[in-house]
Amino acid sequence: MPDKLIIDSEIVANQWRLISADCNTIDDDDAAIIVPLSLWNEQRENLMKRPRLGLWLDCDQSPQLIAEDLCHFELVAVQFSNFADGRGFSYGRELRDTHGYKGEVRAIGSFIRDQLFFLKRCGFNAFALENTDLERSLASLADFSDSYQAAMDQPAPLFNRR
Amino acid sequence: MYIYDEHDQRLIDERVTQYRGQTERYLAGEISDEQFLPLRLQNGLYIQRLAPMLRVAIPYGTFSSKQMRMLATLSRDYDKGYAHFSTRQNIQFNWPKLEEVPDILEQLATVQLHAIQTSGNCIRNTTTDQFAGAAADEIEDPRPYCELIREWSTFHPEFAFLPRKFKIAVCASSADRAAINLHDIGVDIVHNDIGETGFRILVGGGLGRTPVIGTEIIDFLPRQHLITYLEAILRVYNQHGRRDNKYKARIKILVRAMGIDAFREKVEQEWAVLKDGPSTISNEAFEKAKSFFHSPAYQNIDDSKAEAALQLQAADNKLFSTWLSRNVSAHKQAGYASVTLSLKRTGYAPGDLSDKQMEAIADMAEQFSFGELRASHQQNVILPHVQKSALLALWQQAKIEGFSTANIGYLTDIICCPGGDFCALANAKSLPIADAIQRKFDNADYLHDLGDIDLNISGCMNACSHHHIGHIGILGVDKKGQEFFQVSLGGSQDRDASLAKILGPSFASEQVPDVVQKILDTYVDHRNDEETFLDTYRRIGLAPFKEKVYA
Repeated sequence: MPDKLIIDSEIVANQWRLISADCNTIDDDDAAIIVPLSLWNEQRENLMKRPRLGLWLDCDQSPQLIAEDLCHFELVAVQFSNFADGRGFSYGRELRDTHGYKGEVRAIGSFIRDQLFFLKRCGFNAFALENTDLERSLASLADFSDSYQAAMDQPAPLFNRR
Repeated sequence: MYIYDEHDQRLIDERVTQYRGQTERYLAGEISDEQFLPLRLQNGLYIQRLAPMLRVAIPYGTFSSKQMRMLATLSRDYDKGYAHFSTRQNIQFNWPKLEEVPDILEQLATVQLHAIQTSGNCIRNTTTDQFAGAAADEIEDPRPYCELIREWSTFHPEFAFLPRKFKIAVCASSADRAAINLHDIGVDIVHNDIGETGFRILVGGGLGRTPVIGTEIIDFLPRQHLITYLEAILRVYNQHGRRDNKYKARIKILVRAMGIDAFREKVEQEWAVLKDGPSTISNEAFEKAKSFFHSPAYQNIDDSKAEAALQLQAADNKLFSTWLSRNVSAHKQAGYASVTLSLKRTGYAPGDLSDKQMEAIADMAEQFSFGELRASHQQNVILPHVQKSALLALWQQAKIEGFSTANIGYLTDIICCPGGDFCALANAKSLPIADAIQRKFDNADYLHDLGDIDLNISGCMNACSHHHIGHIGILGVDKKGQEFFQVSLGGSQDRDASLAKILGPSFASEQVPDVVQKILDTYVDHRNDEETFLDTYRRIGLAPFKEKVYA
């Protein structure tokens, strides 16, 4: 996870640490951790005691797999293994629309700046862009001033608004 | 036709600004080739064999004389003075410079044209009947529905990085001129018993390496649910379509792997969340969409009188009479007809137009058809609303400009991709084959005797020219670096869609015209009375053709 990221259109310091799936012990110093789905399934009871917990969904892990447990997570991080793999866009929509998730939805991995506008529309509000000038990337969040479809940022499609 | 309001205009203007920035960052080395690829593709820009190629969208094939003039100007200013109509009702420039593409897009935007999503793994230009809004056999004008789909699919935030490209076609007539059976989604506009409009939706059709005829997923979708239902299908495809192998990534593979019932169940699960939600189309939105496609200011004409006068003109003019029978289609408005200008003159690449020709067509559209134009997936251009009393004058003008070839639906109305002469994907050069066939069979009486024959030539198995659904299909293949051509028979793109069967081992390019001749001879030998090529083939099968060709 990079040191800085974009959350709600502002550049802020990252507070969270990603825990890998094969991690056996988690330091108590790690106040805020993002755990993979597999680790959550293995150590659910333990992890529920953590003060700040986030969930890490891989690029092929739909939120449907954990719909009932989403309330335990302050944050859901959706991994993009390759920016051209667009499954995460649907995961964002499902988190917000289908499951009514209200916490932070963070894009991590190899997505690119040019996807920020669409990601935002799909319900992502945090963007851990790697090797990218964040200051300049903010502009991409506002590539368009309106949209045809209903999505997270616009409750009505344009055809019903004209 | 659809006219942009301030929302549409602002969105395409912002798209130009976005892409200009992306191009600048790419040229400055801030975006890698890999990252730039989908960005440029979704703005219509391919890097081809000799130069980039820019594909401009003509949404559902409808455009105006003003837009045609802009295309002519751009072909002159940024290309070599010509452009090519594709098999998806789009138009392509073959020689633009990558760094000039933002300027081209900016100019296109001034006449409400763009190149958005004409390529890439996203929802492509929605296609429909080239005679939409004019055809005598349509139950409704499909264009308002196409427009709603255009809006929904343009910049859809969730579906810009699909497993593979995604094509939607809409049909509202008794003959299917949009090939809805052969699209990722086919939308068939239907009326139920009490006259309500709805859609029969087909899913998982397509051509390419694995041709498949679409399967019905729902027999009657009430019209307010069109967008939410499409969204549910796309959401299932986006999550479950294969991403490990691009040749198995189209929705047809997913539908086949899951089975239509399991696929439908998944779609219905997603739809349950979306149904009746904000994307449900209100009656007002339908009325608004329809209002853009009002009829032009037709004259009140007595059709029987107009028809009688036309027959009189045709009686002593065989050439005109032949043209009327091939290039003129029935119109729903009394006293009017739709005219197909043939871009299939012998000696010219199918679908190609020079800047001067584009301007001549724009003139003709203004003079004869309220400035309206259509592009067909057979790569011809249509003047949709022509008064019958003006047909003779139009024909004379078309003759001067070279568009009067009376071969629509005939053997020489060949659908042909740019092939190995231009395309980086092609295995073989398709254009010289089309040319050789047109030259060999350039005989009006013979073509007339043969009747309707669709001959489609693709330069590779990506099947841009739909060789699987030609009555005669020709496919360029590569054999150890040599170009060969595989011939197949019996495809159809209409309601009775069928996939062509391969005749046998492939041929060298110089053999192809003679092979076609033998196929035609076999047909002529076996046909009963007025039996068409396709019907004859369906009755006698492949064997007699095979016997003759490989004798």
